[in-house]
Amino acid sequence: MKRGLALAATLLALVALNVVLPRVTNPYHFQVLMLIGINIVLAVSLNLVNGFTGQFSIGHAGFMAVGAYTSAMFTLKLGAPLAASWGFLPPPVAQGLVLLMALVAGGLLAAAAGYIVGLPSLRLRGDYLAIVTLGFGEIIRVLILNIDAIGAARGLPGIPQYSTFFWVFGTAVLVIVVARRIATSTHGRALFAIRDDEVAAEALGVDTTRYKVLAFVLGAFFAGVAGGLFAHFLSYLNPSSFTFLKSIEVIAMVVLGGMGSITGSVLAAIVLTLLPEVLRSVKELRMVIYSLMLIVLMITRPQGLMGTRELDLGPWFGRWFGRAAAKEPRA
Amino acid sequence: MKDPLLAIENVTMQFGGLKAVCDLDLSIRKGELVGLIGPNGAGKTTVFNVITGVYTPTQGSITFEGRTISGLKANRIACGGITRTFQNIRLFSRLTCLDNVCVATHPHRKAGLAAAVLRTPAFERDERALKQRAMDMLAVLGLEEHAHEPATSLAYGQQRRLEIARALAGEPRLLLLDEPAAGLNPQESDELMHLIQDIRRRFQLTILLIEHDMKVVMGICERIAVLDYGLMIAEGLPAEIRANHKVIEAYLGEETPK
Repeated sequence: MKRGLALAATLLALVALNVVLPRVTNPYHFQVLMLIGINIVLAVSLNLVNGFTGQFSIGHAGFMAVGAYTSAMFTLKLGAPLAASWGFLPPPVAQGLVLLMALVAGGLLAAAAGYIVGLPSLRLRGDYLAIVTLGFGEIIRVLILNIDAIGAARGLPGIPQYSTFFWVFGTAVLVIVVARRIATSTHGRALFAIRDDEVAAEALGVDTTRYKVLAFVLGAFFAGVAGGLFAHFLSYLNPSSFTFLKSIEVIAMVVLGGMGSITGSVLAAIVLTLLPEVLRSVKELRMVIYSLMLIVLMITRPQGLMGTRELDLGPWFGRWFGRAAAKEPRA
Repeated sequence: MKDPLLAIENVTMQFGGLKAVCDLDLSIRKGELVGLIGPNGAGKTTVFNVITGVYTPTQGSITFEGRTISGLKANRIACGGITRTFQNIRLFSRLTCLDNVCVATHPHRKAGLAAAVLRTPAFERDERALKQRAMDMLAVLGLEEHAHEPATSLAYGQQRRLEIARALAGEPRLLLLDEPAAGLNPQESDELMHLIQDIRRRFQLTILLIEHDMKVVMGICERIAVLDYGLMIAEGLPAEIRANHKVIEAYLGEETPK
């Protein structure tokens, strides 16, 4: 009952903000806000792999690119006929449905790519995954650069701007809730066990390969969805948006927020998206100060802003985000 | 031996030029408490690693409850009823004691990932049951008051007991204990002996135990197998092992003729 109420309240708040925010903020502030939302999705999804499971993936931008281009092509090819056939719906709803289908398509293809990349490399222990994902990210970028049908180096213009506040932050809430509910279940404990000691986890009956692949595929899915949101927000895609540096940016968010902490990832996504914008006023010193702040933060808090802990959201929000499945048992 | 619970037949484990375990034959009956002893480097932990699927034996076969388990992945063997503790403690350092034990209940989950994400009533029930079982195991080992503390904050002897609690939570039928008394003081190892006998009775366990503390081994084991350089040099009752000259040789060196 309470949970249904929380869901309704969240949806209502998203719809209200969706209407109000674009009218009261200037376009620049609104764009930064939307990028924060997309970065939250990216950071939390990478945290599933790097933070929860302790597998070091450095190809998140690659999965984002797969999702971005897939969903953009979906909307460009099928969006207009689909929307036309739903002529009886109000335009925002029809567009939302097209976007939803595009996002799912992008997420699924990214997840499939994650499965193909992850299955062979996650069977092994150690640093193979980092190297394989690094290679994957580059291969995807070079592939896109060379496929003429999706714009190659010219980029892909004219994607309808369907990513509204509702969809971006709705996805952010969804990925947070999913991650949190996994973390507080036996499946999450299996992931944490793999992170802390893979040999012991296996000896206790955790199918380590299956869970590593699961975390990886789930992470890739949401990275793909984030890519789709990104495409339908900027309405233009270019391979240079998905370089190795983008992957590093997301890793920085996960590490800065604290490996395994969801609220930490959210906090870091906000801080690291805002920081370069706030620092625009100091012009050429901008990236110097940005880097210095990162270094100082990591020296003073090597475990990240939150460590492995979570911000306490209070009983009401906590429950909706899936704090504890049940009351702690007594001996 | 008729219908043994665990039968190790002709098992050899070779690493490059080194035969860590050579032609080992060992059977364990249901309900037995068997000790595995031998000097350092004799291959005892390798035997554990071969039984639990960390390694696939180079030769030979291992059957558990009549089914061949050699070659299976470690997690399948654990789900099949064999769990273990580790010589060098391997706790999940960033999890609480309760969560450490909860991990071992994972194979007994009934609700899947989708149920966990949707928080269905079935999931909530399942999660409660898993946690309750983990809590019960902590209580058996006297660690319930530390349930919500990080595992690494426990004292050394408690960490050893937490490993046993964790192994028990997997509901094994065969429990492998790798030097549970290592690093314990005489009083603690005394308590450990009682504890091992207690859990064996209570959970109707079969136990295979590696131990260097002879007081513990001779005190609780019904049968002892002795390994030296990968070969089984003796097997028998504690009294027989104590008097076996090969065993004394392996531990103390050869007697020089006068």
